[in-house]
Amino acid sequence: MHKKHTTAVSEEIIISIRGLEKSFGNNHVLRGVDLDLYRGENLVVLGRSGTGKSVLIKIIVGLLKPDAGTVMVLGENIAHLDDKALLQLRLKIGFSFQSSALYDSMTVRENLEFPLLRNSRQLSKEEINSAVKEVLEDVGLQQTIDQYPAELSGGQRKRIGIARTLIMRPKIMLYDEPTAGLDPVTSVEINSLINEVQERYNTSSIIITHDLTCASATGDRVALLLDGRFARVGSFDEVFNTNDERINSFYDYNFIK
Amino acid sequence: MKSKTRTYVISRTLDNFFGGVFELLQFIGKFFRELTPPFEWKEIIRQCYYVGYRSLPLISVTSFVVGIVFTKQSRPSLAEFGATSWLPSLVAIAIFRALAPLVTALIAAGKVGSNIGAELGSMRVTEQIDAMEVSATNPFKFLVVSRVLATTLMLPVLMFYMGFISMLGAYLNILANEHTSFTTFFIKALEKITFLDMFSSLIKTFIFGFSIGIIGTYQGYNASQGTLGVGRAANAAVVASMFTVFIEEIIIVQITNWFR
Repeated sequence: MHKKHTTAVSEEIIISIRGLEKSFGNNHVLRGVDLDLYRGENLVVLGRSGTGKSVLIKIIVGLLKPDAGTVMVLGENIAHLDDKALLQLRLKIGFSFQSSALYDSMTVRENLEFPLLRNSRQLSKEEINSAVKEVLEDVGLQQTIDQYPAELSGGQRKRIGIARTLIMRPKIMLYDEPTAGLDPVTSVEINSLINEVQERYNTSSIIITHDLTCASATGDRVALLLDGRFARVGSFDEVFNTNDERINSFYDYNFIK
Repeated sequence: MKSKTRTYVISRTLDNFFGGVFELLQFIGKFFRELTPPFEWKEIIRQCYYVGYRSLPLISVTSFVVGIVFTKQSRPSLAEFGATSWLPSLVAIAIFRALAPLVTALIAAGKVGSNIGAELGSMRVTEQIDAMEVSATNPFKFLVVSRVLATTLMLPVLMFYMGFISMLGAYLNILANEHTSFTTFFIKALEKITFLDMFSSLIKTFIFGFSIGIIGTYQGYNASQGTLGVGRAANAAVVASMFTVFIEEIIIVQITNWFR
């Protein structure tokens, strides 16, 4: 099912990427990527495994350094930021990891409190408690508050991972393979959650996936990464309305025609 | 051809070794740069609990056995000269000058070093360290600084504890053979222990603790290649820590002897 059109998308560019290149040894993963993310939109980056989708968002958040090109996030060039400025910028970005990356040694409550305690030191215990409860309610997992990550299912871990980023009220959400390893029903729930987050928190999001169901359900626009560049960018139907064999085979394999 | 291959292997091994040493020195440099307020007190105390309190059972058993065995093995040699009355001071010197710092460090390298290497390695490969970084938390300060401070502060405490329990083991052995009173034993034992002995052991264990912490965190923090990397990090943390402890022991003993 395709996503309904989002009216909240504006013309303001939140992330602007130009001529981005990244290699690992002889493996040239990104070969001149250009991309714009508009305020309020969900942009899905599609591509096969190993095409550099995750590398792209790790560069956006400053976990990896690009070899060439510019990445502007909320008007700031990532490459020119010192450590302090980068930390400040990261407060405005939520990153949902493929593996959820919950802290094993902490309960769900402690996982959610962790970014707040370090970045919002002026908050009282009651305010932190109510923020934790609010995001848990938003992802529908209030009952897990005192559980450890090892006691949660894959879908619950994804939701808690998303809740941990939402607690800082980010302007940008980056989702790395949000439905990877989940059953179809849970995947649909995660897709709905991504759309709910977009509406409720007014976020602009990049969703990295190779799952076309996720792409069509969550994306206002879709960008298809092929051979280190974006081969097509547009609505889901526009991207796949082509005679390019490589793109059609990607579509066919996903929906098993 | 064979000689060329051998030269290549040797040069690559040396390259890896010195590259590793350089990276470790950079890591140590970063530790001192990050050693500034505000500190993660809650995490430091938690780590002190893990390093100190959780090591007590193993340290207790080991030190008690060391005390008994060392006394038992030393007795026949002293008995030949009719000098068994020297046993308390001999044991005390051996324990506080050498055995307590070294054995405590080796136990900590095995237990704490492997734990730190595996824990941080696992956090690295499951992207938990990246998650801290993107949530605007300094993972180096939270994970590395807290653990290194905990090992550095806790090892001297464990060393004194180990020394005391070893002396208790030694006393029980002496009591069984010579029926010496507890007070007499400790007076005789401590009269040969100097301030320099205690001070050098204290400094030694601070250095051992720092080395075990920094090597364990370095191996774990830089782990790669999935679960294989976690195992490697834990293993390398133990081997490199023990090796470093031995080298440091030799150097510190030499330096201390200049002051005797």
